Amino acid sequence: MSTTMAVAPERASGFSVRRKRLIGLAVLCAAIVVAVVASLLIGANTLSPSLVWHGLWHRYIGEGTAPDPQLNEAAIVVQTQRVPRTILALIVGSALGVGGALMQGHTRNPIADPGLLGITQGAALAVVIAIFLGGVTAPIQFIWFAFIGAAIASVVVFGLSSLGGTAASPLTLILAGTGVTFFLSAMTSAVALADSQSLDALRFWNAGAVKGDSYDIILTTTPFILVGLVLAFANAPALNLLNLGDDVARGLGQNVTAARVLGLLAVTLLAGAGTAACGSIAFLGLVVPHVARYLTGPDHRWLLPYSALAGGLLLLVADIVGRMVARPGELEAGIVVALVGAPCFVFLVWWRRAVRL
Amino acid sequence: MIDTTQATSGADDRARPTPLPPLRPGLRLGGVVSFVWRPRPVIVTLVAALGAFLFFCLSIRLGDYPLSFTQVLETLVGRGDPLARFLVTDGRLPRALMAVIVGAALAMSGAIVQSISHNPLASPDILGISSGAGVLAVFILTTGGVASNITRYGTPAMALIGGLVTGAIVYALAARGGMDGFRLILIGVAVNALMHALITWMMVRSDITQAGQAQTWLVGSLADRTWDQVTGTGVLAAIAAIVALGAAFSLRAVQLGDDVAQGLGVGLGRTRAVLLIAAVVLAAASVAGAGPIAFVAFVSPQVTMRLAGVSAPPLITSACVGAFLLSGADLIARTLLPVSLPVGIVTAAVGGPFLVYLLVRQNLRSSR
Repeated sequence: MSTTMAVAPERASGFSVRRKRLIGLAVLCAAIVVAVVASLLIGANTLSPSLVWHGLWHRYIGEGTAPDPQLNEAAIVVQTQRVPRTILALIVGSALGVGGALMQGHTRNPIADPGLLGITQGAALAVVIAIFLGGVTAPIQFIWFAFIGAAIASVVVFGLSSLGGTAASPLTLILAGTGVTFFLSAMTSAVALADSQSLDALRFWNAGAVKGDSYDIILTTTPFILVGLVLAFANAPALNLLNLGDDVARGLGQNVTAARVLGLLAVTLLAGAGTAACGSIAFLGLVVPHVARYLTGPDHRWLLPYSALAGGLLLLVADIVGRMVARPGELEAGIVVALVGAPCFVFLVWWRRAVRL
Repeated sequence: MIDTTQATSGADDRARPTPLPPLRPGLRLGGVVSFVWRPRPVIVTLVAALGAFLFFCLSIRLGDYPLSFTQVLETLVGRGDPLARFLVTDGRLPRALMAVIVGAALAMSGAIVQSISHNPLASPDILGISSGAGVLAVFILTTGGVASNITRYGTPAMALIGGLVTGAIVYALAARGGMDGFRLILIGVAVNALMHALITWMMVRSDITQAGQAQTWLVGSLADRTWDQVTGTGVLAAIAAIVALGAAFSLRAVQLGDDVAQGLGVGLGRTRAVLLIAAVVLAAASVAGAGPIAFVAFVSPQVTMRLAGVSAPPLITSACVGAFLLSGADLIARTLLPVSLPVGIVTAAVGGPFLVYLLVRQNLRSSR
């Protein structure tokens, strides 16, 4: 396919698209390395870099009995909190970034994001109901409810919007998704207004935090996200064809229905698992594809990996910033993503027109 | 509304050598004003307006002390017995009026923004106006100590200021070197996210009682409206609506796409500016009046388009549908439900499934 050349000739001035993409890739990877190091170094406990380094490899034991209590404590902090937290931010960020890029590609709408299929609100409603009816309190128990709620919502939206047709049209999908999203959010508010315990959980859920104090969350959600990423990357060539129009894609031998189903399945897995792991992290899925598209142009074979890297980087940086600005407490990453990301995004749009879909 | 067929009079038809396929019947007055006669939008407008009026009367009629319809009508025209007059003017009329005003204002605002941005997702909620209003309102509500004695009028006033300021910010950022629908919507979404983050932050940091109050406000409610609020919202919304309707003829050209509109000689920049400012004021006024009632601004134009069979939402029809939807939802919230819920929950609970039903029906029909 020569979509690469066809889609972005005007961006090739000066130096080639390919070179720009490779440089962007290198910059993103370098930034991620820096962010990972910063994430390990920065936290509520002040630890020296060398202590962090040794703590990373030290086999820790229960507190109070260790020969070197300082190193032992450092090992506990680094290995049970900072490492999982860093991994979680990278994984969830890339899931939401790729989910957003897929949503925008499939709906051809620049403000589509994974929340639009009812995924985030489905998860929120499931969590609130679980608390209201079942008295569920532990985050690790939330995950399954959130994931099931997300999956049900997205299946309902996709099912409704494809009733009667062969494939869900992007416009119908968007509208049905928004309708269902508003409906679910109203139900969630109704429960939250009736029960202050649910409201309490909901407001923290809405804030979206990266809580790395448990490997269980990572182990539970990562398989879904990995499968979702694989499906998403497999969907990229078809998505390039679909963006020429459904009829053209069909004429070129693309099975449109299969491509749409595959893409939406990937979105559900990515956004559902990502949301289940960290709560509602708004805006990330919307902004990351725009930034990535600015670097790559609209070819999805490049756009999706870029979105994965940029999404992971953004969530990790937001988490680090959140740890730094509100010492000794911290600001939830979901809030930071919007507080930091939105002005940057506005600047990108304002200063230089973002690349259209 | 978007239609390339021309209104023709009978004389033109006869002059042509070959009869044209049947066109839409047209109406031409002196060669200057011409309409295409489309019965469906007119019928939808009338039915929606009638329905809204019916709900309005029902809302006044029902309550702890029910009135008869004749009593309602008598009171509305200024007669009727003192008790009925007291009941109506004191509590029920402000609420019923507010439902109609806010519903119409939100729907018109949504119709304008959706038309200009060519994006069905665009509505004042999504461009950040509602959440901008929410930031200041939630600030007042969650810092009770600072502002508890000004909450009664303070919350609406702050909401109005927040909405207008946010609208101005979005507009100023998007208007760089000419307004562009794509830029407007991206910047609006970003500002919306920023405002939402601020709200979430305040919600997380406040204590649970204040968070509950703020959550109630954030859902949107029509309960306990005062005449001051109704007058404020009504006057602002009416001015903005008149301005918007004045510019609406050009809106039809804008809906055809920017290039076509320019080709038709519409001054795009000025038309868009006037319409967007009107949309911002409409949205801010309604949020000040009733809180950020979600969904009405988004769903009313979409429902209108599908009911009326047109490809872009006409303003007056959308306004009637919005008034109908919100009055109906408020009536349900007041009377049918066992527990009293804010009307914002009911609009989404009724409007969401209705939109989905229309979509599914449309899908099934087009696939047949």
